[in-house]
Amino acid sequence: MIDNGEVGLAFWILSVVILGSGFMVVSLKNIFHCAIFLILCLSGVAGIFILLNAEFLAAAQVLIYVGAVAILMVFAIMLTSDLASRKIVQTNQNALVAFLACLVFLTSVVWLIRSSLGSGVWNFTREGLPSDNVMIIGKLLMTEYMLPFEVVSVLLLAAMIGAIVLARRERS
Amino acid sequence: MYHFLILAAILFTIGLFGVMTRRNTIGILMSLELMFNAANINFVAFNKYIVSDPMAGQMFAIFIIVIAAAEATIGLAIVLLIYRNWQGIDTDHYSIMKW
Repeated sequence: MIDNGEVGLAFWILSVVILGSGFMVVSLKNIFHCAIFLILCLSGVAGIFILLNAEFLAAAQVLIYVGAVAILMVFAIMLTSDLASRKIVQTNQNALVAFLACLVFLTSVVWLIRSSLGSGVWNFTREGLPSDNVMIIGKLLMTEYMLPFEVVSVLLLAAMIGAIVLARRERS
Repeated sequence: MYHFLILAAILFTIGLFGVMTRRNTIGILMSLELMFNAANINFVAFNKYIVSDPMAGQMFAIFIIVIAAAEATIGLAIVLLIYRNWQGIDTDHYSIMKW
């Protein structure tokens, strides 16, 4: 059986926003507009997280993606391209092939999802997630997921140092 | 469940299309972020509907967000460096890794 869940109106609105702005991100000519639509798309994903009872994740999404990553993208665009002056072709010559490949990929994934959900090997639960999910995540981060937490902190530190070293101008 | 998975699949495909067709390196990085987000939606959806370990999916999604942030930082630093050395960030400008 395929578990349809009960998706409400909010889901449809959010999907339209996400897919529409996602399509804009990959198809618009002006890279700056793409960044703006990327922000819209990421906010929509935060809304989806709220629908899925992951409030902490939604907040983290807004803070990190919308607040940091997207702004970083905007900075990089400002620093690198003279975007106001020209309308350059943003796609390369194999757009048609890529489109066909994506279509094949999407069809196969959708078929996979349908057949896998229909096969009945998954046991769905009807009970919701605990509502105090920030507290649980905090506890888990300090106990069960201690090691990954530390490793990922070191990774972030390394990325920060790496970015500084890479972007620094060499003195001549 | 089904709807969320389909949404994630379409979003991932859009990102894939962007990665394959964009000429601007920053555009490729942005499409990459779309694909990360599609994966995150999947993790959280599975976490809600098929619970074996209550929070595992959300923890994974948190770590993915962190990794994506690190990736964006390094990626954009490299883009800046390329721009400084080649005066352009279109992918057909530089092919020094090819031999």
